[in-house]
Amino acid sequence: MIGNLAIVLFDGLAFGMLLFVLSVGLSVTLGLMNFVNLAHGAFAMLGGYATVVATRELGLPFLWSLPVAFIVAALVSVAFERTLFRRLYRAGELNQVLFTIGLVFVAAASAAYVFGTAQQPIELPEFLRGVTEFAGFRFGSYRIFLIVVALVITGLLVLGLEYTRFGAQVRAAVDNQRAAQGLGIDVDSVFAMTFALGSGLAGLGGALAIEMVGLDPSFGFHYLVYMMIVVSVGGLGSIAGSFVAASLLGVADVAGKYFVPELGAFMIYLVMVVILFMRPQGLIGKR
Amino acid sequence: MLNARTAADPHAWLRRQARWSPWEVVFWLATIIPFYFFPTYLTLASQVAVTALFAISVDLVLGYAGIITLGHAMFFGLGAYFAGLLTKTGWGEPLSGLVLAGLFAALIGFLVSFIIVRVQHLALLMITLGLGLLTAELANSLGWLTGGTDGLQGVDVWPIFSRFEFDLWGYTAYAYALIVLFIGVVASQRIVHSSFGLSLRGVRENLTRMPAIGSPYRRHLQIAYTISAGLAGIAGAVLTQTTETVSLDSLSFQRSADVVVMLILGGTGRLYGAILGAAIFMIARDQLSGMNPQYWYFWIGVLLMVVVLVVPNGILGGLSRLVRGRGT
Amino acid sequence: MSEPVLKTESLHKSFGSLEVTRSVSIELPRGARHALIGPNGAGKTTLINLITGQLTPDSGRILLDGADITATPVAARVHRGLTRTFQINTLFPDLTPIEAVTMAVCEREGKASQFWRPLTAHAEAIGEAFEILTRLRLGDDAMRTTRHLPYGKQRLLEMALALATKPKVLLLDEPAAGVPKDESAMLFSVIAALPEDMTILFIEHDMSIVFTFATRIVVLVSGGVLLEDEPDVVRSDPRVREVYLGQAHG
Repeated sequence: MIGNLAIVLFDGLAFGMLLFVLSVGLSVTLGLMNFVNLAHGAFAMLGGYATVVATRELGLPFLWSLPVAFIVAALVSVAFERTLFRRLYRAGELNQVLFTIGLVFVAAASAAYVFGTAQQPIELPEFLRGVTEFAGFRFGSYRIFLIVVALVITGLLVLGLEYTRFGAQVRAAVDNQRAAQGLGIDVDSVFAMTFALGSGLAGLGGALAIEMVGLDPSFGFHYLVYMMIVVSVGGLGSIAGSFVAASLLGVADVAGKYFVPELGAFMIYLVMVVILFMRPQGLIGKR
Repeated sequence: MLNARTAADPHAWLRRQARWSPWEVVFWLATIIPFYFFPTYLTLASQVAVTALFAISVDLVLGYAGIITLGHAMFFGLGAYFAGLLTKTGWGEPLSGLVLAGLFAALIGFLVSFIIVRVQHLALLMITLGLGLLTAELANSLGWLTGGTDGLQGVDVWPIFSRFEFDLWGYTAYAYALIVLFIGVVASQRIVHSSFGLSLRGVRENLTRMPAIGSPYRRHLQIAYTISAGLAGIAGAVLTQTTETVSLDSLSFQRSADVVVMLILGGTGRLYGAILGAAIFMIARDQLSGMNPQYWYFWIGVLLMVVVLVVPNGILGGLSRLVRGRGT
Repeated sequence: MSEPVLKTESLHKSFGSLEVTRSVSIELPRGARHALIGPNGAGKTTLINLITGQLTPDSGRILLDGADITATPVAARVHRGLTRTFQINTLFPDLTPIEAVTMAVCEREGKASQFWRPLTAHAEAIGEAFEILTRLRLGDDAMRTTRHLPYGKQRLLEMALALATKPKVLLLDEPAAGVPKDESAMLFSVIAALPEDMTILFIEHDMSIVFTFATRIVVLVSGGVLLEDEPDVVRSDPRVREVYLGQAHG
């Protein structure tokens, strides 16, 4: 029983870390521009397919395909941001939701056209396969890798936000956009950069997700709900909030499926509704 | 002289706003066409009518009161299951079943409305989405009650007025669905053109000003949400009664999302936009049913992006602008 | 002097470390025509937000007709006769003036929840709304969509909405903000024609208008009341000249 609990906690944490990498960019861009970007899920999927192409067609090793996933998602997303999304910043949530969900539909159909509807296999290097034994428990090596990557990213994000000039600009813009503009910060380009960075992380998340949850054309849509839960429960623009919410959601999801499979995702939705009702601004939200 | 006076008379002007236009008469006459010319499409026609009623229920909250909802299938499905389960208790009379299903959905809607009116923006979006999803999950896990993924089987609806049996060709079904839709539209129009409907538009137009003119706007929103939930429940009940089965699909997120798409497509805040959007969406899907659903959603996606960027008021909104633009 | 209709007792409000309202105690007797003046950032709009309930004070009390309304919600204050207008037009862009004002009248009468009775059945409310609009010279525009009205007329509609609530106390936040000078005189002639027993506090930057219409002036500086007195006294006060004129010409 205790063994099961440890494994469930561990697997849940690994899943939570995956959700964190997938969602954190959305949280920051939503906090910056109040732009409800459901296409974030499509960018995550794009990163996944970029990795598939890079490893299978170009013969890159898995680890080298991860930065490719990041860069492809970042570049494509910023192209969309500059041309289309920016027209919608003042358009109200409903229009933003509809437009970006439209993009998710189109992306899913395009992926199905190019890659088919089957799950995409991925070739992992030797050291990421199998399990690692520790204190009598057997942990999946890939999950350990996932947790380490997520922790490194969290560290980089926190340090970057705290100690770089760009980070200070982002914080100022999230806090109070007009004041930031008054201080001479070019909020527009700060946002474009953040958008690229956030979508790049989503792309990386999509690449990392293949081994754990699989990749097919419905990925963008399916994980969108998880991402939105992380972002809204964690609180807009809060890295710490996203981290906490993603960890909780990951553990709750895995534990729920393990211990009470008959309830499905019921508990997760219920907890989300209750939290949002008590704290509409999220657990660590500013607004 | 008399004309000039009535033109400046606010009472007459407001009465004109609520009057039926010739287009509406033409529209309702056109709904009879399927009986005579497309009898093979009667099943589709009744589904269009059901969906149109559902879309109107969403228009009341989204189009008129400005409350975004991504989980309205919750009420549609609750009405559908209620109507189905009622017949399993041995009471198959359709009209009372319809009313009871509507009341049940309205009751749930009233309870939910206490949550809905206290949140906005992203939290509102996620709460409506979450409530919809958790209702669907609940129905799935209560398999002994709902039949789970197999759907609710053995729904037995009695003939309407003990005379009109629901036939295989769908004559009764379409007539029934059409009449319920008509009553739903007339009732919704009455609500929209009341002082209450005016205040709802006020909430949509400027939420911050409403308390400053002394409006208890949250109560208005609760009433609107309750009515809308009831209407959605009635639509679901009609679907159950005309198809004599209920599936989990009636509660799905897909249904919640599709209905918003239809509404945006047709145009929000004008009731007939909901009907037009539902008709176009359903007929197009039927005609393209041979198509892989993936590609169907490709075109829905393109359509959504185009509508948001090019015709934000939907087809009916765009048309009425054209007509008015020519008039002045 | 009779009991004041509206009274604030040492109102305080801070945003973080910024004190925007400091110990403001003012009294408005029935039928007052008080002006609230002060340099930009003095906290004039914040004070109105506190009095009408858009903001909650950190400490202090607000009394309307002797009753404590400090914790009363905005809409309930309106029902007790305390109404405001907004400096930036806060209107209903897609409604016509007759619809917007009729709505305000119906809300006042508690008829706005009646979802089964046609709007046109509320003939008295419509008549009253049209009468208000006509009085404010908006009769000819009553059936035009608000967003298409010229700016000056939108300012008038802003006031019409407030009047539809039948206020005892009316707080006007720069009623003529952004209006050309000749039109602003027209706006204030409308204000001057309001019933004498209506109690009015208005914010205005144009000193000639202030001295024409106000019987008393409250000078607000850095969130606190610098001075409250009759126009002649305020005009000649050296502190006011320094703060106000120094700001205006600086």
